[in-house]
Amino acid sequence: MRITAKQLKQKAKSILDNYQRDQGMLVSILQDIQAEYNYLPKEAVVEVSQALGAPLSQVYSVATFFKAFSLEPRGRHLINVCLGTACHVRGAVRVLEAIERELDIKSSRTTKDLKFTLETVNCVGACALGPIVIIDGEYHGQMKTDKVKALLENYT
Amino acid sequence: MVTLSIDGREVQAEEGATILEVARDNNIYIPALCYHEEVAPYGACRLCMVEIAANGREKLVASCLYPVEEGLRVKTNTERVINNRRMIMELLLARCPDSEVIQDLAKQVGVDKTPFKLEDKQCILCGLCVRACEEVVGVSAISLVNRGVNRQVASPFYEAPDACIGCGSCAYICPVNAIKMEDIGDTRTITMPNPKMKKIEFKLKKCKVCGKYWAPERQLEYIARIAGLAPETFDVCPDCRQ
Ligand code: SF4
Ligand code: FES
Repeated sequence: MRITAKQLKQKAKSILDNYQRDQGMLVSILQDIQAEYNYLPKEAVVEVSQALGAPLSQVYSVATFFKAFSLEPRGRHLINVCLGTACHVRGAVRVLEAIERELDIKSSRTTKDLKFTLETVNCVGACALGPIVIIDGEYHGQMKTDKVKALLENYT
Repeated sequence: MVTLSIDGREVQAEEGATILEVARDNNIYIPALCYHEEVAPYGACRLCMVEIAANGREKLVASCLYPVEEGLRVKTNTERVINNRRMIMELLLARCPDSEVIQDLAKQVGVDKTPFKLEDKQCILCGLCVRACEEVVGVSAISLVNRGVNRQVASPFYEAPDACIGCGSCAYICPVNAIKMEDIGDTRTITMPNPKMKKIEFKLKKCKVCGKYWAPERQLEYIARIAGLAPETFDVCPDCRQ
């Protein structure tokens, strides 16, 4: 699905209106846009700056500061590989490498077909299940390199 | 007015002034990189740390941010302060080994080599350019982006910023000359210390009388706009106007 510039602008406007175009709500506004598109499209960032009367440089500074925001399009599915201590000692790095090989991308990148974005986290608090791979918020425990392929095939 | 002592010397100061300001007013030298009297203090470089006595304990504070108070005792040259400065200069020297300003300042505090891994950065992230662009010029064309080790000065999306008027304040204020500015013929070029950014170019205005190129057109348009002057005000350069 391609988003047109016009749709984007409209969506950004309605999100901005939800927050009465309040400069103090910048982070929440960006969060809502990120939730809508899975990333912060450039046009939306510009729109936010204009509507709030805040310099684009400052909006951009905030947009690049938080890890929760991405300025690049992200995949339909978000994979988080836990590299916390417990997962680490149980071979999480090998699991990560297997996923990287399978998808042919490095960590913190998105596949060309925009299917997956791969990221790592440092402990999700479920150490007993390690190594853990979380896809779209769903936990897959006791992950092994030879289970990776089958796991990824569940997603379209 | 409050009375405080710096290195044992009793001095008077306006309440609310910072230790660094008071020290400078009294010709007491404290090294500082991210401080400039024209913009709000920021506390980024930590080079200006001094020791103060509070509740019977000595602690290090950033003198550019710490407001003076009655009876405050400040020491700018204790072993702890000096070691702290040396460490900061070692870190800065590792970050910007080619910067002459950093090399000189390091030497001044007795540092001529660094134990840390060398990088090849030019910018020390002091934020002076960003603050000058916002507070003095009023256009906020650049900002500090990303975070942690990826922090850098940049324009939005690393593109030539629409908001920039080419005034060069960032280049003037940069304490380590990381921002390069050059006027050649009818063009001014500003180069930010960011490998992701291209050089930014500005057309310079030609004086109708002497034919000299004397200031970026966008800067003159900006000044005319905020001062409510007619656009032709700057057709002639200041030298020919007299
Ligand atoms: S470019 Fe210069 S003024 Fe700007 S943050 Fe870097 S060191 Fe400071
Ligand atoms: S001058 Fe005080 S922290 Fe830089």
